[in-house]
Amino acid sequence: MQPAELSAVDLVAAIRQGDLTAVQCTEAFLERVARLDGSINAFLKVDREGALATAAAIDARRKAGKPLGALAGLPVAVKDALCTRDLPTTCASKMLAGFRPPYDADTVARLRAADAVIVGKTNMDEFAMGGSNENSAFGPVKNPWDLARAPGGSSGGSAACVAADMAPVAIGSDTGGSIRQPAGLCGITGLKPTYGRVSRRGLVAFASSLDQIGPMARSAADCALVLETIAGHDPLDSTSLAADVPRYTELLEQPLTGLRIGRVADHYAAGLDPEVKRGVDEAFAVFEAAGATIHEVELPHAKYGVPTYYLIAPCEASSNLARFDGAHYGHRSNPEGSHRAGSGGQAFESPLVEMYCRSRGEGFGPEVKRRIMLGTYALSAGYYDAYYAKALKVRRLIRQDYLDAFERVDLIGGPVSATPAFKLGEKTGDPLAMYLVDLYTVATNLAGVGGISFPCGFTRGGLPVGFQLQGPALAEPLLLRAADRFQRLTDWHLRRPKQIA
Amino acid sequence: MTKPAATPEPYTTVIGLEVHVQLQTNTKLFCGCSTKFGAPPNTQVCPVCLGLPGSLPVMNRAAFQLAMKAALALECRIAPFTKWDRKNYFYPDLPKGYQISQFDLPFSSDGWLEVVDPKGAFARKVGIIRVHLEEDAGKSMHDEAAGTADTRIDLNRAGTPLCEIVTQPDLRSPQEARAWLNELKLLLVYLGVSDCNMQEGSLRVDANVNLHIPCPDGSVAKTPIVEIKNMNSFRSVERALIYEAARQYDEWQATGAELGTTPKQTRGWDDPAGVTRAQRHKEESSDYRYFPDPDLVPVTVSEAEIAAVRASMGAPPTVLRTTLAERWKISAYDADVLVNQGREIVAYFEEVATRVGEGKVASNWLQQDVLRTLNERGEAIAAFPIRPDALADLIGRVQQGDFDTSRGREIFAEVLASGRSVADVVASLGIAAVGDDELIALCRELITANPKIVADVQGGKEQAAAGLIGQAKKKNPNVNPAKVRQTCIDLIKAM
Amino acid sequence: MTLARKDVAKVAMLARLALSDAELDTMTSELSKIVGFVSLLEELDTSAVAPLAHPLDTQNAFRDDVPRPSLTTAEALQSAPHHDGECFLVPAVLGETGAA
Ligand SMILES: [Mg+2]
Ligand SMILES: [Zn+2]
Repeated sequence: MQPAELSAVDLVAAIRQGDLTAVQCTEAFLERVARLDGSINAFLKVDREGALATAAAIDARRKAGKPLGALAGLPVAVKDALCTRDLPTTCASKMLAGFRPPYDADTVARLRAADAVIVGKTNMDEFAMGGSNENSAFGPVKNPWDLARAPGGSSGGSAACVAADMAPVAIGSDTGGSIRQPAGLCGITGLKPTYGRVSRRGLVAFASSLDQIGPMARSAADCALVLETIAGHDPLDSTSLAADVPRYTELLEQPLTGLRIGRVADHYAAGLDPEVKRGVDEAFAVFEAAGATIHEVELPHAKYGVPTYYLIAPCEASSNLARFDGAHYGHRSNPEGSHRAGSGGQAFESPLVEMYCRSRGEGFGPEVKRRIMLGTYALSAGYYDAYYAKALKVRRLIRQDYLDAFERVDLIGGPVSATPAFKLGEKTGDPLAMYLVDLYTVATNLAGVGGISFPCGFTRGGLPVGFQLQGPALAEPLLLRAADRFQRLTDWHLRRPKQIA
Repeated sequence: MTKPAATPEPYTTVIGLEVHVQLQTNTKLFCGCSTKFGAPPNTQVCPVCLGLPGSLPVMNRAAFQLAMKAALALECRIAPFTKWDRKNYFYPDLPKGYQISQFDLPFSSDGWLEVVDPKGAFARKVGIIRVHLEEDAGKSMHDEAAGTADTRIDLNRAGTPLCEIVTQPDLRSPQEARAWLNELKLLLVYLGVSDCNMQEGSLRVDANVNLHIPCPDGSVAKTPIVEIKNMNSFRSVERALIYEAARQYDEWQATGAELGTTPKQTRGWDDPAGVTRAQRHKEESSDYRYFPDPDLVPVTVSEAEIAAVRASMGAPPTVLRTTLAERWKISAYDADVLVNQGREIVAYFEEVATRVGEGKVASNWLQQDVLRTLNERGEAIAAFPIRPDALADLIGRVQQGDFDTSRGREIFAEVLASGRSVADVVASLGIAAVGDDELIALCRELITANPKIVADVQGGKEQAAAGLIGQAKKKNPNVNPAKVRQTCIDLIKAM
Repeated sequence: MTLARKDVAKVAMLARLALSDAELDTMTSELSKIVGFVSLLEELDTSAVAPLAHPLDTQNAFRDDVPRPSLTTAEALQSAPHHDGECFLVPAVLGETGAA
């Protein structure tokens, strides 16, 4: 069997047993990257030398009988939103072209400490803002199931590289659905943990009260393996949870008998693609067959999730992205440049202000500018109460909906997206249409709870359909167990895209 | 304190102050970088205080506790719940594009600090609106001469913990503002909250000032409030306020402009020129778009924690002034002078006074000799070579009559210069070494030369013998004055 | 909901974003649409609801006042667009002030 076809769990076991060396494993995936990524564009940076050197060092340590980390030899692709020491970190933005962080994100440090092999940095929507990966300054990612379609976003590169077997696992980040939605559209498994479960330190902030790092892999079991390494308290992230980290991989066995899964009637409103609806209905049936019971629940404020999200996230982003001003790192406008951004007829009051405005005008793409503008507007004098403060109140109502629902059920199930993967360019002219792709995912982040998405079928055209489970705070063991059980009973997650085989 | 003006101004100057003090922590407010002053540029920086992408702040517990100390000493109410807000603005010494500060829920508010005049001319409570905690910015350095050259940015100071103290507009004269600042500085230095060193930027003051002008019709005209910045000593605060009050009065007489008719103006103090100058007003500059910092979690403070901080504070200067005067039977004025010199001087004084067994003489030596010497040498008491036990030894010898005060002063100077002990210096100057025979010979010589004094002493006026001591010291500076006196009297009586 | 072009230009300056005339036109119409969309929240009565700025209920995350190693100056400056080996360099800020 080819290493690229093995699960992460099996790869780690094979390397540990000596059936496969870390170098062989890394080479196998790098070979696929070299062959396939020209057409997919999932990677912004492939660190071939670094990865092979790490793999060789792991093999040497194994040979010498030295102890190895939990992920020894496992290739991991990391979203370019996470800082990697001395490897470029761009957030798919021209703004950060040439930026080399002098430190590793906590997640990256934990992966390295567990002897994972970082193979490269994955493409994404610029600063994680987008749902199609078309907002990358370095070109869109193509969906491996249909290269004319978007992989979803913002962790589109991470989703696509796993779907195309260019990496067994990838790290993504999810602010309003950015792990779960591309996982759904690419037919892989993606987990957004509870807010604070994984340290945000070193994750370039988009919206700090919503951002969360999580694993993306071919199966729930592989996600469990990676989460075990990257979860945990970080004393240098004030918003990191101090709760102990369970052994997720060991908690998968228990059957689902008696599990109560909620179904939300609103999820079936107009706009839900009939093929997606069919896949979701069949998934509920699988869970029922596995011993779970299905209950109708209400999330009465869920329909306000998207507008709430599109106030809170841009407000935080407008402040988080203020640091990209050309003064200390990143793009600075060349004062002699001839193709400089304009000023909308406004005069600049000083060379410094001009440097700021032009650097940011040139460095950021249109979607990032839109959100910075929206957030700046919503926080500015006279508008704060009507927009930002209002959104915070609705956020409380949304969270309360979840708290109430989780009194009655253990998990909430439903679609992850209303449609399967859409065509590249289909929504790029209409920002609002693009915002609605987050319909089923944003509320999870607003409430700070966890969610997992995984494939539950395919359309007649051969596109994956995703199912989402959401759980209460710190219910990752249950989310992973339910998804893993589903994957023991189905084989949707094992199907591979033919187009790129 | 300055004398009241001969002709009082035709207005009242109304002043409120905004003071930023750096807290004396080892590390910055949100990261582990050192706060030591004077390091080479950009050597005390890390991803957090550089505002690098992905970096996150974690609150320094010591900074919060020092800030609480300051707030409690300023009689503020400590909020049971407080949070951190972002103040958004672009400036190159602020690498994140926002300052982490406190907006609507500062950790403390509603306090006061009295401005005290030891002569009793005034004692007024100045209200404190709020005390909050925030991070400092870095330093921008520009080459004024070059003008167009780039500005250099050093971020060593970025993230240093600051306490911002905002007073009510309760101060009523530039002199009072200066006196109040002195009192504030003394208090914060006593508490170990800050070194309040203005040269190093660890205390910075902005002032808001306007005038209340009584009008003939009985109404009071109020001039527009002006904020004054760039004052780098308490003296410049006083000078700037005096200048600004006069300027506002002139302007009011010329234009009649009153409060509320113009937006608040900011003026910078030009110290060499002795004037305030209008600073450019930016229309949007005050739209800071404050919102709660999602990278930090709120802080709750219990009554027990407040009590613990209070218990660790020690006596503030106001209390110490009274206790020192009572305990050592020194005047309020003397206690004030000593207390105003700081905690270390008070400790030094108390040790000397304890060893000598008397306050007044210790206080005199402290004020006339120790403080003067420290001033001349530009030294702090901690580095002063004459330790309290040595000074007490010296004072004790004067009190025993081994030598008089002026001789004591010479010994003090010699101890200081040579670094030797008091006993050594006394011995080397030969004070103890004048033999009995030598002394008797000297006294005989003096008696022979001074028949008038001899007659007086024989007539019962023993105090007349004092006239011989000066002459004895001229002939031999090492003689013990008390011994000279006694020997002379004995010899005369035996004649 | 329609935003005025000049107000959008003001927000752009507040956000330090240089926008071309064409960008400003597009931005004005797009922001108007988006602001109209988010105004959907107005239909909810939230007068009795406390704002929720953060999903966590945790409080009092502190660290001890113990120094940690800083970066070297070279590391601090490694991605700076313009520096002199000691300091970051930016266009002159003479006469401008930040806040305090
Ligand atoms: Mg301040
Ligand atoms: Zn630092």
